[in-house]
Amino acid sequence: MADEMENKGEKKFKYSIIIPTYNERLNIAIIVYLIFKHLRDVDFEIIVVDDGSPDGTQEIVKQLQQLYGEDRILLRARAKKLGLGTAYIHGLKHATGDFVVIMDADLSHHPKYLPSFIKKQLETNASIVTGTRYVKGGGVHGWNLMRKLTSRGANVLAQTLLWPGVSDLTGSFRLYKKSVLEDVISSCVSKGYVFQMEMIVRATRKGYHIEEVPITFVDRVFGTSKLGGSEIVEYLKGLVYLLLTT
Amino acid sequence: MKHIVKILSLLVAISAFWIGLLQAAIIPRSHTWLLPIYFVVSLGCYGLLMVGIGLMQFPTCPQEAVLLQKDIAEAKDFFKHRGVDVGSN
Repeated sequence: MADEMENKGEKKFKYSIIIPTYNERLNIAIIVYLIFKHLRDVDFEIIVVDDGSPDGTQEIVKQLQQLYGEDRILLRARAKKLGLGTAYIHGLKHATGDFVVIMDADLSHHPKYLPSFIKKQLETNASIVTGTRYVKGGGVHGWNLMRKLTSRGANVLAQTLLWPGVSDLTGSFRLYKKSVLEDVISSCVSKGYVFQMEMIVRATRKGYHIEEVPITFVDRVFGTSKLGGSEIVEYLKGLVYLLLTT
Repeated sequence: MKHIVKILSLLVAISAFWIGLLQAAIIPRSHTWLLPIYFVVSLGCYGLLMVGIGLMQFPTCPQEAVLLQKDIAEAKDFFKHRGVDVGSN
């Protein structure tokens, strides 16, 4: 496929994949393996932003660098846990691709969808391609009824209040044109998953062309409920903040 | 234009329409006074309906967990003799 593109005189794009990590000693190796498996003919680099993991994640990354090359796997660590937004900004500084992919390190985002993100962007020239779990072809595994109910309720509320133009607001498996990510991220101030919502809502408000691809999401945090009362309050506060400021 | 301005404009337009209805008395005033309540209740019902439908149609993918385990095994196997430590945590 690379030869075809060069013969047609088409530009070959480079993709920077930013993966923030904290204690992902095992998963980081697997995710790197899967990325290489599914992006065989693609020019890409993986930027691991590790926040000083005590479990030795960085040692594993260094072993991976020995195997795959330091030009394909960049380790850009930070001293301690400093938050997701700043991790992306930090990774962005070292990204040399035309496009930036952000994804989670815990294998809830599967690299096998990367080709569909890339394809969708090339077909539509979108500024952002975001993965959605909530359409046919996508899906979630590992959520009980309560969790699904909360997710649906949160989504309907957000759709009614914000008109965001995407079906999955809190998803964090996305591909951005590099300049677009730089622009959007500079205007976001929230933390956690509200940050992901703020990114996509601000992008919609700025008029960027956003496309969606279905993805499946396997929740890796089995048995623990990540949605307590405080999370719900945070979410509602985030919604009101986005309602008033975007 | 900020999104909140859009929403407020919409509410103002609806309110103006409602006040217009009150004054024009096309519909009996007793009904018109209740319209905002009907509106809010309908909105609430619509929301609940959307949640219910979404919940029923919630896409699940149990096979993905199995496929993921296969991928993990494949990756571990690949790394075993290539100098990357993939022992369990």
